[in-house]
Amino acid sequence: MDVLQLLVSGLANGCVYGLIALGFVLIYKATEAVNFAQGDLMMLGAFVTLGLTNAEYMDLPFWIAAPLAIGLMALIGYLLDLVILRHLFGQSQTAVVILTIAMGFVLRFVAGAIWGHEPQTLQSPLSQGDFQVAGVVLGMADLAVIVVTVLLTIFLYQFFQRTKLGLAMQAASQNQMAAYYMGIPVKRVQGLIWGLSGAVAAVAGILFASKGAIDPNAGLLGIKAFAAAVIGGFGSLPGALAGGLIVGVIEPFASRYLAAGYSQVAPYALLLFVLVFRPHGLFSQVRTKKV
Amino acid sequence: MRIHFKTSYENDIRLFPDWWSFLVYAVLVAGAVILPWLLDDFFLGEVTNVLIWAIAGLGLMLLTGQTGQASLGHAAFLAIGCYSCIILMENGLPFLLAFPLAGVITGVFGTLFAIPAVRLHGIYLAIATIALSVLADDIIVLLEPWTDGVSGKFAPMITIFGLEIERWTTPDRFYWLVLAVTILCTLAYRNLLRAPLGRAFAAVRDSEVSATAMGVHIAFTKAAAFGLSCAITGLAGALMGFYAGAFNNETFSIVISISLLMMIVIGGLGSIHGAFFGAIVIAFLPQALSMATDTIGGMIGGGNVAIPGLETGVFGAILILFILFEPMGIYGRWLKIRTWFELFPFARKDMFKRQKSYLKTERLR
Repeated sequence: MDVLQLLVSGLANGCVYGLIALGFVLIYKATEAVNFAQGDLMMLGAFVTLGLTNAEYMDLPFWIAAPLAIGLMALIGYLLDLVILRHLFGQSQTAVVILTIAMGFVLRFVAGAIWGHEPQTLQSPLSQGDFQVAGVVLGMADLAVIVVTVLLTIFLYQFFQRTKLGLAMQAASQNQMAAYYMGIPVKRVQGLIWGLSGAVAAVAGILFASKGAIDPNAGLLGIKAFAAAVIGGFGSLPGALAGGLIVGVIEPFASRYLAAGYSQVAPYALLLFVLVFRPHGLFSQVRTKKV
Repeated sequence: MRIHFKTSYENDIRLFPDWWSFLVYAVLVAGAVILPWLLDDFFLGEVTNVLIWAIAGLGLMLLTGQTGQASLGHAAFLAIGCYSCIILMENGLPFLLAFPLAGVITGVFGTLFAIPAVRLHGIYLAIATIALSVLADDIIVLLEPWTDGVSGKFAPMITIFGLEIERWTTPDRFYWLVLAVTILCTLAYRNLLRAPLGRAFAAVRDSEVSATAMGVHIAFTKAAAFGLSCAITGLAGALMGFYAGAFNNETFSIVISISLLMMIVIGGLGSIHGAFFGAIVIAFLPQALSMATDTIGGMIGGGNVAIPGLETGVFGAILILFILFEPMGIYGRWLKIRTWFELFPFARKDMFKRQKSYLKTERLR
């Protein structure tokens, strides 16, 4: 029973990692760049929702505030691309990496300036109540995280496979020039994917904030989500979720069965192992480069 | 404008292209040597800090600017250099032996890390090095018998031939020590760039495929870059330990790694000057900001206002502006200004235009 309980709480945590990793994968899939600020976007999404919902700020009902926050974050994502990232069009990946890290710094500062550096809790209906199934205690928030993550992954997967826009995004990432010749507005598509990943970050933020307190440094969670995205392979949406679940499940088991101190090491050690032995993730999509 | 007419390869790889530039650098070094008589102890300490950051920046510049491998994990190597130097000295080795050994040890660790890491490209390498940086914190705690874990260590007194050097009691001697290391590292770096290995680094950075075609062994070159870069970084780490006086597992955090990378980007990737310019920005920014907030606080009558996180926020904003408007960093801007004056009135805007490359991936789906 103990094992089952650990598994369930690990799965719920893993889904949050998976959600952040989904954001990485979205942007990677469409622009071949990695958004190192995704964790900070999640933090911002959580704070925007908190600012709209909590009694001491705007005091809106949660079910109005949540869609509003998601919309706002989508707008912020689109604007980030429009104002900053679009200028880097045609430059190297490393420049984008450094730029997004810097953006993360700025976002953290902005959130700290607006909402302060003290940990705060979101007054969300999701954070109340828990179930007891066969001796396993399952919080409402945990359940919500798992359900929403699975639905969102399926939705995004279908979006990339079936819709015209999803296909356009993939085309734009595989060969920008050819996609442009085929009539795809590459830059606008890139903006849309940033908007989409902003929305996903907001969802992740709301769910994360329902599970516990948040502060401006919550975005550093993004580093664990890297492990998730790398383990799953950067180009694969189900892979990101699977990677998130693996990292999430390993953590509680490591802290339960390994000596103290070794447990924090486990996810990163796994990350290094995957990078060494399967550099493109467990769900690899890359062939060797041909000249 | 001075025109360098090169008649041989020897001409091309001269350390200084002409007497004028030799003179400029000689004056610079002479000025740096007499600095302790010109500045008070506080500013001397700040300049020492700049030089230490510049050494660390040189280390990372060798890897990122010269070989094109972005590393977000150099704080781990700073930590290795710092801990190994202090531990060796605690076990009775003199500073003159422990300090170079610390560099060698860090270099060996860097090469060991490079053996798997050379297979990784671009973002994957960045992520692997992030993981390394996060792991370093935990590993220092795990190795408590040697590192004293969370409680940390104190840097001992440096003694060179009976001369006692300490950051607080004899800041001028410590400054000269750091200056000597800086000059040696800079000369080593400059010489490396003239050697075949340095040329191979640049070839790997510009195109791995063409470098292979020219007979450069990619894996060996990258591993060598890692090793040398980490060795220099290790020396900087040891000096950082002496500068801070006390350090523990949180001193060399991932924020240091990120600042280091950002520093060389602001300074200008791929140039020695860039490491120094970046170090000046990163070392003086906190001071400048606290002075600015004090002044503004005084003007609005609020007294001393401390804004948490302001430093990193401003730093991030500066970096964004640099990447958007001056990707070549401060040194790149200086080159443009100098060229404009040298060619006046013939300088044109497009002279420094960079070629854009459009994305093509090897992914299947």
